[in-house]
Amino acid sequence: MSKSNTILYLDGVSVSFDGFRAINNLSLVLDRGEMRAIIGPNGAGKTTMMDIVTGKTRPDDGEVFFDGEVDLTSHDEAEIAMMGIGRKFQKPTVFESHSIEENLMLALKGPRSIFPALFHRKSAAEARRIDDIIGVIRLGDKRREVAANLSHGQKQWLEIGMLLAQDPKLLLVDEPVAGMTDAETEETARLLKEIARDHSVIVVEHDMRFVRELGVKVTCLHEGSVLSEGTLDFVSADERVVEVYLGR
Amino acid sequence: MIGLALLFLSATLSSLGAAEADLRAIIAKFATAKGFSETGAVVHELAATGDPKVERPLAALADGNLYIRKADSLVLIGKEAGDGVQLSDPLSGAASGEAAKDDITKIKVNNTLRRAIRDALGTLTLGAKDPAVRLAAAGTMFKTPDAANIEPLDTAIANETVASVKALLEQARAASVLVSDRPEADKLAAIQVIGARGDRDAVSLLTSVDANASDAVKQAAAAAIANINSTLAFWDAGQNIWYGISLGSVLLLAAIGLAITFGVMGVINMAHGEMVMLGAYTTFVVQQVIRTSFPGLFDWSLVIALPMAFLVAGFVGFVIERGIIRFLYGRPLETLLATWGVSLILQQAVRSIFGPTNQEVGNPTWMSGSFDVGQLAITWNRLWILVFALTVFGVLLYVMKRTPWGLQMRAVTANRRMAASMGIRTPWVDALTFALGSGIAGIAGVALSQIDNVSPNLGRGYIIDSFMVVVFGGVGNLWGTLVGAFSLGVVNKVLEPYAGAVLGKIVVLVLIVLFIQKRPRGLFALKGRAVEA
Amino acid sequence: MITGRFFAAGADRRIAITIFILLAVAVIVPLLNLAISPASAFHIPSYMVALTGKYLCYALLALSLDLVWGYCGILSLGHGAFFALGGYAMGMYLMRQIGSRGVYGNPILPDFMVFLNYKELPWFWYGFDHFWFAGLMVLAVPGLLAFIFGWFAFRSRVTGVYLSIITQAMTYALLLAFFRNDMGFGGNNGLTDFKDILGFSVQADATRSALFAASAVMLALAVFVTWAIVGSKYGKLLMAVRDAESRTRFLGWRAENVKLFAFTVSAVMGGIAGALYVPQVGIINPGEFEPSNSIEVVIWAAVGGRGTIIGPIIGALLVNAGKSWFTGALPELWLFALGGLFVAVTLLLPKGIIGMWDDWRGNARALRAASLAEEARTAVGVASATSKPARSPARNPGEWSWSDPEPQAAE
Repeated sequence: MSKSNTILYLDGVSVSFDGFRAINNLSLVLDRGEMRAIIGPNGAGKTTMMDIVTGKTRPDDGEVFFDGEVDLTSHDEAEIAMMGIGRKFQKPTVFESHSIEENLMLALKGPRSIFPALFHRKSAAEARRIDDIIGVIRLGDKRREVAANLSHGQKQWLEIGMLLAQDPKLLLVDEPVAGMTDAETEETARLLKEIARDHSVIVVEHDMRFVRELGVKVTCLHEGSVLSEGTLDFVSADERVVEVYLGR
Repeated sequence: MIGLALLFLSATLSSLGAAEADLRAIIAKFATAKGFSETGAVVHELAATGDPKVERPLAALADGNLYIRKADSLVLIGKEAGDGVQLSDPLSGAASGEAAKDDITKIKVNNTLRRAIRDALGTLTLGAKDPAVRLAAAGTMFKTPDAANIEPLDTAIANETVASVKALLEQARAASVLVSDRPEADKLAAIQVIGARGDRDAVSLLTSVDANASDAVKQAAAAAIANINSTLAFWDAGQNIWYGISLGSVLLLAAIGLAITFGVMGVINMAHGEMVMLGAYTTFVVQQVIRTSFPGLFDWSLVIALPMAFLVAGFVGFVIERGIIRFLYGRPLETLLATWGVSLILQQAVRSIFGPTNQEVGNPTWMSGSFDVGQLAITWNRLWILVFALTVFGVLLYVMKRTPWGLQMRAVTANRRMAASMGIRTPWVDALTFALGSGIAGIAGVALSQIDNVSPNLGRGYIIDSFMVVVFGGVGNLWGTLVGAFSLGVVNKVLEPYAGAVLGKIVVLVLIVLFIQKRPRGLFALKGRAVEA
Repeated sequence: MITGRFFAAGADRRIAITIFILLAVAVIVPLLNLAISPASAFHIPSYMVALTGKYLCYALLALSLDLVWGYCGILSLGHGAFFALGGYAMGMYLMRQIGSRGVYGNPILPDFMVFLNYKELPWFWYGFDHFWFAGLMVLAVPGLLAFIFGWFAFRSRVTGVYLSIITQAMTYALLLAFFRNDMGFGGNNGLTDFKDILGFSVQADATRSALFAASAVMLALAVFVTWAIVGSKYGKLLMAVRDAESRTRFLGWRAENVKLFAFTVSAVMGGIAGALYVPQVGIINPGEFEPSNSIEVVIWAAVGGRGTIIGPIIGALLVNAGKSWFTGALPELWLFALGGLFVAVTLLLPKGIIGMWDDWRGNARALRAASLAEEARTAVGVASATSKPARSPARNPGEWSWSDPEPQAAE
């Protein structure tokens, strides 16, 4: 397997907490521009995998490469984010006391040091970019509203919007439709497909209907390693997957 | 029958009286002695009788408590009481009235005389029946070597039957040989004996070896000193570690309640130190009641105070939890501020009730005094506090791990909603857990009242240290608290001789701050799955 | 849209008024003290000038704490240390100005050094005979300490109560250190018996008035600087770190640097407050490092309203005025009152006076706007902007409860 054409390359990754192996010899490869859905029962290691990719957790073992050449295990969260990996949390995490515009402003790609921020003036280009994103995430009428007042689904979208503002090469999206209505779920699927046109995306999700709607390659994790990989139909026909989900 | 008994009694009295009469005659000479040298002669004469009874008048003389009554020139022991002087018989100690200061003359003594008396007493008691007295006498003579002592010591050594006393007598003899003009061989042997003793007194004795002694003697002394010093260094380290363990037990006591409220519940209780203070004041009140109403129970005062302190501090803790803290769960910084407010109120309340000064809390007899292990001096109160701290720790561990209540406590901590839906009354568990932590702080106060000043500020001194212990040991882990307390205690005391007490403490604080940077969750923190935050 | 701008304008107007009042006070109070005859009803006695000058220094300290606590969620329980260090730097200058007028008449060594048998001036006292150098140290020493401390603490992600506890340990360690005689800072007694500042007697009414004016102007400046910081993109970032630190990291911001900058700026402000305080009270001693002093600063900010700029100022003035009154009239009760204030504010007034006022005004305005129904859109905007307590009571800015009100084991 060659790393050169991949956006994300995990090989033989293991990590354990107090003797519990959260990730066990996990290998996973994502091509440039690909969107991948990751499913798996609770405790399969999905969130931990994202922690490893984003630098929050250091693996005990194994290789993690971004964009074919960057070893992610030797960088911290901020560096990894600057390289172009954006992450949406399971629980929507936005800056609650800021308006939507301000949230996006802080996420917008640009210098990340203190003094430029201190003397920063919003440029016309930035304003345009923010307008674009607000359009994409369909929150145009609430742009000056404080984020704390948004509904759960709207916060999810705002967080995705912040990811877009970062303009990452790779997006990690953890359970984007948890707690959404059916209409919101459909909308989110459409939003993600739109984003996937020019970004690589990993989506972790439990909701099978949503995964089907995305219509992409699926990886099923179990006990910290890959159980099955392929189209949703292939994976859901896999006996081991059925066993894991339903029990015997 | 009664008559017979009386007869017998008077017969014994008279036979005793014969020897006593001689003593009295000598003592009476004090009244006529002029100047220090004549008084000294009387002292020697008294000592020469070898009668242990002369100890009382001689000791009184050394302390300047021997008087002559002007009216009848009788020599008496006097003790100043208010304006007058309480008089007593020099031999029997029986009271013989009072006198105004003008009616009596004090027998004057100077330092030479005092030393002579001390020596005399030392020699005198070499022949005492009680081995402890002989031991003390030998000790005195070791510290005041004199060539004249050699002969009485030789006699005493020949007669001595108790091995430990004999050993000390031989050391005393060696010390005296060293200052005498005996031949070199004798002195070398003496150095051997003293060197074998191996303590600081031996070192000071050996360093004072006469400058014009022969080279061989000097060298032998120097070698013995070097030898002793290396042994001493070992014991010094041991002593420091013991002090450290002792400090560790104090820290453990102060921190262990915090390990519950902070470690298990996550509540920052800045009033924790005041709970300790309340415990100490409970001890004070209990002792006051015992002193005034049941003086016989004084040795039991701490045992009685323990449950009382637990209840008092526990109750206050319960009230604080129900009244304040429960509204602030999940807001640790605000809990910190509110409990700080509580601590101010409690301090001022105690100050208003008991006054701002230190209160006297007594040590029961079983907590007083000390004993030696090798060259370590170990005081009973420190030892008991260590035992007590470990007992409290053990009991607490048992409660947490083995009782249903402990199980509920841990369940509520681990998953509150699940615990609640399984029928555990979580608010009660919260309140009781907090009360438990506070109660334990209270009983810590009982122990600390024995070694610290009982004042309204008592708690202030412990709060930062306690937090350091819990944070250092790892929050939520009782064993971590144990290890944290003892390692901080020992590190502190081992640093002290090099850096001084204050600087040592600063160094420890800085080290902990650096340590927290390195391991923010403490020594024994559970790693756990990284939770999104 | 309109509401957002309106509220922004409202906040700005408040800042402008505050700065104006402070500058006016800086002129008027000295005038009333110096130019009006003591017999007049408008005369302000000198002790009042000194007292209010002291309060203004406290207000500056409270504001500096609020910058890190209110806007960044760092509850520092050691801000008194920065205050005291600034004070010591100024105190050292004032000591050197005494010259040979000390009790022992030594032209170089301050009295306490003569007393403690110092043969020559310790190296760290060099330069303090120059005002500019002392002034530089007032900024540099607290700033450097905060930078080093913060660099370690924030990089290793010590947060929340842990940070509070180690800031407390920091000031405690300094307390112990400054109590030592051989530290060369006067030990127990500290630095006192000052004579001159810049050639003017510190006892003179004119000097006191000038110091008062300097405190007021400095506070006005600090208000402006804080406002500028908080209003910038960096300020937004600061609050973002407060509300969701990990989010900022995953956006590529270095949260530790964000905090470090605010912490250092705040420490420098604290140091300036201490430097203005010392010549006005005439003494600086290790007692200023007491952890309890630092915690008292927290309550000033909390009473007035953290996360606001004028809240801490109002809080510091009110609490200290209360303290002066209590310790004069009912000294026994002061600690009860202070303790009760800690409890009451955290339980009943979590946003402080300013926060309550804003809530109340916001609600009133929302009601009025709704009833008038002038402009449907505006009314909806206002209502939804101000009804946030009803929708998410635990998630108001400035009141960051991270979860449901239940105990959690500390991490």
